Amino acid sequence: MNLEAHDLMCVRDDRILFEHLSFHVEPGQVLLLEGRNGSGKTSLLRTLCAIRLPDAGKITWDGEDIFKLGPEYHAHTAYVGHKDGVKLDLTAIENLTMAKGMGDPNDDISIVDALAQVDLYGFEDVPTRNLSAGQQRRLALARLLVTRAKLWILDEPFTSLDTHGIGVVEMLFANHLANDGMIAVTSHHSVNLDTTAILRINLSE
Amino acid sequence: MNTRSTSRAFTLLLRRDLTLAFRQRAEMINPLLFFVLVTALFPLGIGAEPALLRSIGPGIIWVAALLAAMLSLDSVFRSDFEDGSLEHFLLSAHPLSVLVLAKTLAHWLITGLPLLVVAPLLGLLLDLSADAVWTLIVTLALGTPVLSMVGAIGVALTVGLRRGGMILSLLVLPLYVPVLIFAANAVDTASAGLPITAHLSLLTALLALACSLSPVATAAALKISLS
Amino acid sequence: MWRFFHKMGSPKHFYRIAGAWIPWLTMICAGFMLVGLYQGLWVAPADYQQGESYRIMFVHVPAAWMSLFIYVVMAGAGAIGLIWHMKLAEVIAISSAHIGASFTFLALVTGSIWGKPMWGTWWVWDARLTSELILLFLYLGVIALHNAVEDKRTAARATSILAIVGVVNIPIIHYSVEWWNTLHQGPTVTKFDAPSIDVRMLIPLLLMAVAFKLFYAVVVLMRARCEILQRERNTQWVRQLAGGSY
Repeated sequence: MNLEAHDLMCVRDDRILFEHLSFHVEPGQVLLLEGRNGSGKTSLLRTLCAIRLPDAGKITWDGEDIFKLGPEYHAHTAYVGHKDGVKLDLTAIENLTMAKGMGDPNDDISIVDALAQVDLYGFEDVPTRNLSAGQQRRLALARLLVTRAKLWILDEPFTSLDTHGIGVVEMLFANHLANDGMIAVTSHHSVNLDTTAILRINLSE
Repeated sequence: MNTRSTSRAFTLLLRRDLTLAFRQRAEMINPLLFFVLVTALFPLGIGAEPALLRSIGPGIIWVAALLAAMLSLDSVFRSDFEDGSLEHFLLSAHPLSVLVLAKTLAHWLITGLPLLVVAPLLGLLLDLSADAVWTLIVTLALGTPVLSMVGAIGVALTVGLRRGGMILSLLVLPLYVPVLIFAANAVDTASAGLPITAHLSLLTALLALACSLSPVATAAALKISLS
Repeated sequence: MWRFFHKMGSPKHFYRIAGAWIPWLTMICAGFMLVGLYQGLWVAPADYQQGESYRIMFVHVPAAWMSLFIYVVMAGAGAIGLIWHMKLAEVIAISSAHIGASFTFLALVTGSIWGKPMWGTWWVWDARLTSELILLFLYLGVIALHNAVEDKRTAARATSILAIVGVVNIPIIHYSVEWWNTLHQGPTVTKFDAPSIDVRMLIPLLLMAVAFKLFYAVVVLMRARCEILQRERNTQWVRQLAGGSY
């Protein structure tokens, strides 16, 4: 299980944001994307999700082009973007059940347990509309726990989270990496993890 | 992913959309009201002579149904696009066309099916015969799903655009013409007491074509719109 | 042979090769157009039913043929661009849209002009004219969608899907409109078909058809070259062409 990028290029509005970008991510590693706003971090993440075609180059998962793999590749990935991707009119449990059904379900953990792990114990039947911004963000991140995705692709996961929330999420990351998971993340906050496992790429250079 | 879990995903998504619609029940009334209002406006515009209304009634009701369907199309993907859920459909381990079919079916149940329920009332307003009203319901049952499915392609192409709503009508109405022609004419023919098997076969064929091809086209369009 | 196609797929080579072809195609097109018009307007005999006014057919019918032909080309090029990610196919597809819309409009206007002396009205809901009208809306939809999407690449892919959906629907729309027309037959029978009789009328028709195809080829190549310049404006070869370093 590895993720490899070969010679990627990203063009937006006629500007080349980055080119000749290559990297290799192994289980247990974190790919940390840094750079100014507008340097192409989100575009690169969306390319890793196989939503956006790269302007040049290719990305492979275990040697196969991710755009050719389609749903097979998506079974191995879980994504949390800028927006939470939760329906405000559904309860926390309903949202998470939906997320679980969309991917490769992880039957080792119940929905309620997943909610407890992101510190939403007791909020299972609350309509998401009534949760605070930080709680909604944690709910959005809980979807990472209910599937068996090996690669987590996260765009600014710590948005709206307080120190406690950040701590909870960092615990999730640590557990995931310890279980041979991979994380590709952009973040303005410093990511508090074992520094040897972090592969930093700064797109502003 | 195996077919069992894909069909489970289909059911989950269908139930999700129906639940969401039910929790915003008031929204469901709008296309319905539009349907009735447009139909009711015609006699005001062209005169209320019973023979005239009876002869153009089927056409009016069907055009009103078309416009009501168009009006309600935007809601298929709008809310999911805005809160980020739409992206997750593209990232699902299940084929996007299956998920699209679930969403379109939900959309039809919420916006198309009610039109069938209200149609007899409109038949009353325009003094259509019992045969005509019955045929109207059948053609709506066959035609409105086609409107939802073909319309979904247009919505998928315009969901990311700033003023997508405006060009949606331009994209979708030409594609609606065959349904309008066959359905309105079926009701006309039934009013005259003639058999309509040909019309119904054609409408069913359109439905079959839409069911098989439009989810694929809609999925492709969504992937392009969100890239 | 393969290398020829591979070279054509490159926008830079296409620009050069198309530029070389345009003058020749223009001359041949002009030739066909002149001969065709001469044959149609002078040589061909008057129609026994419609007199001289039928001669607009020599513009109307080829225009209608072109409107359909170009839509199919647009959808085909769009499909090729989608499946094989060929930039050139995308360019040809979008360059064809305006031309196709213009031919459709021409067919509608000439159809209307043809009809006026016959029925006294400027418009009649004839099956063919109605189909052409819907085809015009299909073209306008493609153009509108292309203009609404900001990113060129996404715009090309979205319009390709629309064009393919349109091409599948065109036979359905055409058939349904024809069927509708047979039921609601007006008092006069319209005759937009080419008279199948006289070969002296057929020849100018075919000449004009060829002339229009060549015209399309010339204009699509010109538009494609412009489109390519715009798309590739940040590349080395375009900057050199523009004669400066930016």
